[in-house]
Amino acid sequence: MDHPIASKFDRVCQILEHHQRNPHKLIPILQEIQAEYLYLPEEIMTFVSTALGLSTSAIYGVATFYSHFTLTPKGKNVIKVCDGTACHVKKSEGLIQAIEKELGLNAKKRTTDDLLFTLETVACLGACGLAPAVVLNDQVHGLMTPESTLKLIREIKAKEAEVVCNTAV
Amino acid sequence: MKKMYATIDGIQVPIEGEKNLLEVIRKANIELPTFCYHSDISVYGACRMCMVEIEGRGLQPSCSTAAADGMVVKTNTREIRNLRKMIVELMLAHHDQNCTTCPKSGECRLQEIAQQLGVSKVRFKQLADFAPFDDSSDAIVRDPSKCVLCGDCVRVCSEIQSVGVLDFARRGSASTVVACFDKPFGTVECVNCGQCVKVCPVGALTPKFQINEVWNALHDSKKTVVVQIAPAVRVAVGEYFGYKPGTATTGQIITALRMMGFDQVYDTSFAADLTVLQEGDEFLERYGKQQNLPQFTSCCPAWVKFAEQYYPDMLPNLSTCKSPQQMFGSVCKDQLTKMLNISREDLVVVSIMPCTAKKFEAKRPEFKEGNNPDVDFVLTTKELSLMVKEQGIDFEKLEPGSFDLPFGFKTGAGVIFGNSGGVSEAVLRYAASKLNHGKMIDVKELRGGESTRIAEIKIGEVTLRLAVVSGLANARKLIDKIRRGEEHFDLVEVMACCGGCINGGGQPTSSDHQHVSKRAKGLQDQDKMLQFHSAQENPYLQELMRDDLTAEKAHHLLHTLYQNRKRISLEDIMIRKPSAETKISMKICLGTSCFLRGAQTLYTQLNDYIHSQGLDDVTEVSASFCNERCQKGPVVIINGNVLEHCTFERAVAELKRIQ
Amino acid sequence: MQHSSLEERKQHYHDCMSQYKAKIVICGGTGCIANGAMDIFHRFEAVIAAKGLKATVALQKEQADYILSKSGCQGFCQMGPLVTLYPQGIFYVHVKADDVEEIVEKTLLQGELIPRLLIHDDETGEPLPDTAHIPFYAKQERTTLKLCGMIDAQDIDEYIAHDGYTMARKAVLDMTDQEVCQAITASGLRGRGGGGFPTGRKWDLTRVQVNDTKYVICNGDEGDPGAFMDRCVMEGNPHSVLEGMIIAAKAIGANCGYIYVRAEYPLAVERLKLAVKAAKEAGFLGEQIFGSTMNFDMIIMEGAGAFVCGEETALMASIEGRRGMPMPKPPFPAVKGLFGKPTVINNVETLATVPVAMQMGVENYAAKGTAKSSGTKTFALTGHVAHTGLIEVPFGTTLREIIVDIGGGVINDDGSNCGADFKAVQIGGPSGGCLTQEHLDMPLDYDNLLSVGAMIGSGGLVVMNQQTCLIQIARFFMQFTQNESCGKCVVCREGTRQMLGLLEDITEGRATKESLELLEELAHVVKIGSLCGLGKTAPNPVLSTMKYFRDEYNAHVFDKKCPTNQCQALSCYQVVAELCKSCGLCAKKCPVNAISGAKGVPYVIDQDVCIKCGVCMETCKFHAIVK
Repeated sequence: MDHPIASKFDRVCQILEHHQRNPHKLIPILQEIQAEYLYLPEEIMTFVSTALGLSTSAIYGVATFYSHFTLTPKGKNVIKVCDGTACHVKKSEGLIQAIEKELGLNAKKRTTDDLLFTLETVACLGACGLAPAVVLNDQVHGLMTPESTLKLIREIKAKEAEVVCNTAV
Repeated sequence: MKKMYATIDGIQVPIEGEKNLLEVIRKANIELPTFCYHSDISVYGACRMCMVEIEGRGLQPSCSTAAADGMVVKTNTREIRNLRKMIVELMLAHHDQNCTTCPKSGECRLQEIAQQLGVSKVRFKQLADFAPFDDSSDAIVRDPSKCVLCGDCVRVCSEIQSVGVLDFARRGSASTVVACFDKPFGTVECVNCGQCVKVCPVGALTPKFQINEVWNALHDSKKTVVVQIAPAVRVAVGEYFGYKPGTATTGQIITALRMMGFDQVYDTSFAADLTVLQEGDEFLERYGKQQNLPQFTSCCPAWVKFAEQYYPDMLPNLSTCKSPQQMFGSVCKDQLTKMLNISREDLVVVSIMPCTAKKFEAKRPEFKEGNNPDVDFVLTTKELSLMVKEQGIDFEKLEPGSFDLPFGFKTGAGVIFGNSGGVSEAVLRYAASKLNHGKMIDVKELRGGESTRIAEIKIGEVTLRLAVVSGLANARKLIDKIRRGEEHFDLVEVMACCGGCINGGGQPTSSDHQHVSKRAKGLQDQDKMLQFHSAQENPYLQELMRDDLTAEKAHHLLHTLYQNRKRISLEDIMIRKPSAETKISMKICLGTSCFLRGAQTLYTQLNDYIHSQGLDDVTEVSASFCNERCQKGPVVIINGNVLEHCTFERAVAELKRIQ
Repeated sequence: MQHSSLEERKQHYHDCMSQYKAKIVICGGTGCIANGAMDIFHRFEAVIAAKGLKATVALQKEQADYILSKSGCQGFCQMGPLVTLYPQGIFYVHVKADDVEEIVEKTLLQGELIPRLLIHDDETGEPLPDTAHIPFYAKQERTTLKLCGMIDAQDIDEYIAHDGYTMARKAVLDMTDQEVCQAITASGLRGRGGGGFPTGRKWDLTRVQVNDTKYVICNGDEGDPGAFMDRCVMEGNPHSVLEGMIIAAKAIGANCGYIYVRAEYPLAVERLKLAVKAAKEAGFLGEQIFGSTMNFDMIIMEGAGAFVCGEETALMASIEGRRGMPMPKPPFPAVKGLFGKPTVINNVETLATVPVAMQMGVENYAAKGTAKSSGTKTFALTGHVAHTGLIEVPFGTTLREIIVDIGGGVINDDGSNCGADFKAVQIGGPSGGCLTQEHLDMPLDYDNLLSVGAMIGSGGLVVMNQQTCLIQIARFFMQFTQNESCGKCVVCREGTRQMLGLLEDITEGRATKESLELLEELAHVVKIGSLCGLGKTAPNPVLSTMKYFRDEYNAHVFDKKCPTNQCQALSCYQVVAELCKSCGLCAKKCPVNAISGAKGVPYVIDQDVCIKCGVCMETCKFHAIVK
């Protein structure tokens, strides 16, 4: 089996070349690397620091500053609940609590152990007319309630269970 | 030119090209409280303590505002006083307030400013979510519970030393100053220079104290404890007792050390004289053969680690001489065990240094016999002052004492080691005597305040080209020029700390803006007051070398080797394992040196080639992060065959050959 | 390279369009797409084809009977999905995919209106056929937003057909840089991102710097929760932003532009990228634009999730690949900006307004609005109003006009409409303050709002009904700001955290008189001491709510009561004696044994023991326990 980090190493080299190994392009480079790995592995960040001539601490500082970057793997399905003013006023906190309860998550733990789900709160999706809004795997769902949110999640759980069953067979 | 003035709290002050308003305000004899402002590093503007009221412009930070003609400034309005007090309250609410047990107590800017502003209570909730205490490094201790996030350490490490091992991570009130990936400090690229310790206004970064270990040795009747004092210490330790920077209090230090229980008090400058002779001979030999030039000095352990990490290809250029501290340790343990008829284990060598990196140096595995180190403990100038105070000694009233012989005798050459340029000057005085048939010359060209000094010295028929550089960012610039062939030198002296050891990480911090040049003058004056100024004139050294130090023994005791620390990761990364039987095994080095020589491009090209030849199934591809052949990169290893200076054509030819 | 002229392209567009019997525009903003707009789009294609007719999708413009087009956000998100039929401009709302068949059959082919898909007048109940009759639109003055929601954002020719890029061409070919600056100064345009700095003056300050390299940056990092104006412009009319940037570049002498967009706006990113590509192909970007000697390159960068990067120096740090931490000003970006070069940074709306103001004549633009705040402003009207969405009105419009005339009135928690009886309106997002009933008839503009401790900000307008706890709102905004603080300066980093702690004390009943005093004192310090705008404006919601709703604070602190009952920790659970059946179930469930009673006697909750968990209320079948 391929080494999980090394298997995409060629892509990392391509990404660096595409940005001409310009240290100012660190953020787009990290964004593209994260798109490949779904997170930022430590070894790759060290390699990027060599390639760009930046200290590893500087790269770590950038990676931990911006909320989009994650240094631990995210779940397969990312649930983003909007907690912008309009959504908040329309009780988005209730959605968050319902999801946390359903998936056994809390303020510190945002990804389920089976790596199926990650819960994030976003500041504002710009869909304020449809508050409260939830984005699940890049699809926007508006006017959500705790019930409709849980329904979405359970549908995915069912699909994933099917896949497992089929694979097992 | 019309004269420009600003009015500061009613006092008119001329503006004469100062960097910012804060420095103009200093001329009105007002020292504004600051945490993050430091004149040697870039302006940060984060602590907000230096805010002043500018007529027509409102509240502005004076560190980042330029003074303008006609400015009317108030530095102490009700609003400003409230602001400053509240900032301190906010800091204290997120700070471990256990001052009494903090190593920085008495020297701490937060303590000082809180008192100065009359902060009598902290009305905010105490927050205690700190990163863990880190004493993994041999030289420096990190205590995040004391950090005020002024960023001075970050900027010093990055701008002045170009190492960049510390930076901010995370955001908002979760921000911390850490090494990469929150790794323990002892495991990262820190060169231990201690400049971060010097600029830290609070107790977040302190030297790793060995005071208790030394007391224990002194209390142990079975041990003979001897001490060596570095030159830079003697012109600075007095500052802890009220003396001005540059005042030599050597005699009092010696008396104090004897009162503390040291059996013999020696002078590192003796060993510095020895270093001059060894390094001078080494230099003359290389110069004669025109090999491995320029020769870099090797007495600064922070510079040595820096070279091992970033310029391993230049390691052959480093002098193989140990530093004076280490030469002292190995010679002392060799000689004194015989003279006093005691074992190495019962002899404890303590050194007092202006430097934190020396603590790391003393623990290097090369500097021991068996399990016994040449230098057992290293104390910084600060630690010496603490031990003196702990015993209750009234330093100022002490009668001066003198060093013990033979290792307490030195020439002026050994003493100027503490200044940037001192080592070069000392070596030149010796070299000149050899090249100029015994005539010695006074080398003033290497002295001065600039951090990079280049000089051409004519000695007899020979013209030597020397460079003296302090501060590692300056060193990096110079070395890069040498590598590119833009500069050529015979001898290069590198000191990690700007100005040399007198400005080391273990020295006192001083509010006197001239303290470095004052300490430098102090050492130069010491040189002038001695009878001998060149190392070869040291009679005790002559005796030692004549009677005991054969060439072979000198080599063993006084010279060393360096290690390549370029490897980021010890393991190779397996990129692709073939699905069928491995016929070709290809490993490419992607470490920095090879990378800069085009290894990544080579890697892509070779991968494409293998793919185009349909060899994916039988080729194993892996990447290593250093094969330690850095000056011969790019390096590709195919089926065990090492190809140095490898090009695409050579690699392809090799691949064809094995098929 | 020869390009066809703008006039040729415009003519070509109209010639193409004239062949179609009707144009069907489906709103393709993020909101409507979330609600199934694409399904409707495809259903139209299918239904029309099934009827043996042909519908083309805008960009291709082949021979067909009808043309289907996807526009940017039309602003009436609550009523989506929205379908507009031209040339009549018939405006259908709440359209479902199953309605398409009927729309094609009745309206398209037979010219009949479908009343249930139209908006009805609030008073008379009459169906309103088009936007000219709908108060939500009729009372607005959609100037910058005029083409948003009308044109296909991916069709550069439709933009050109509305005289797009004519102002850029004029600026590049026929005007000097100084003349461009003067024109924009004359328009009175002020920064629409919140700062309100006169745009023409900002450009002129940059113009006079001597440097071969200068930059124009478009700040698309709209992070205010509750604001989506910039998103709509970027999605709905990206070319207007590009045109504004080209004009700015000419004004200052720049040769490179950056658009910094939040990654949370993937549709905006996509549309901008397509727009840049089309503009390059047309010769409006790149080398020798419009056939002149001027070069202007455009780079699009996505943000990585940091609200503070909306601050200009932090934004520039981000483009330079560093942590988004602001730097003290001076030096200002006009003098020393991106990579140390003179830089102009403008908000999306500001840039999109530039070509619009020039097209209508800058004096005419200046004539709108008020004396010191000329022109129009977009607002995201959200919260407890009948009609939420994106609106645009001239400066000087009052709150009453926005909330009642356009917004349709305030909605209570129980669904009733209470007209103009709002509790507070938060304007300017987490940097802004609140306005109250006393400001209902105050003309809204930059300076008026500043004088009452609020600010226009980027344009977020959240209406809150009487059932809202304003301390909770202040706490919510502080939580946001605190989370987004970069951490550089002590004042904001520690100050916002302590302020949040104090607000939490207040909402959870732990506060004392000292807490209130400390909160106010701290808020003032954070306001004057912070390094950047984020910190300086973070206390505004607190200071503003303290000013107008001091009683509510006092109730929380001294009476330990939340007048609107929103604060869980301060709720007071009580048994209504008349309804109590003495079943004793609540007492059994109570986790702290706070309820006592006996058969025949109403049960009572001991307030000193009660932990306010609410289980008793959930348990009681007779609704005898209230909060």
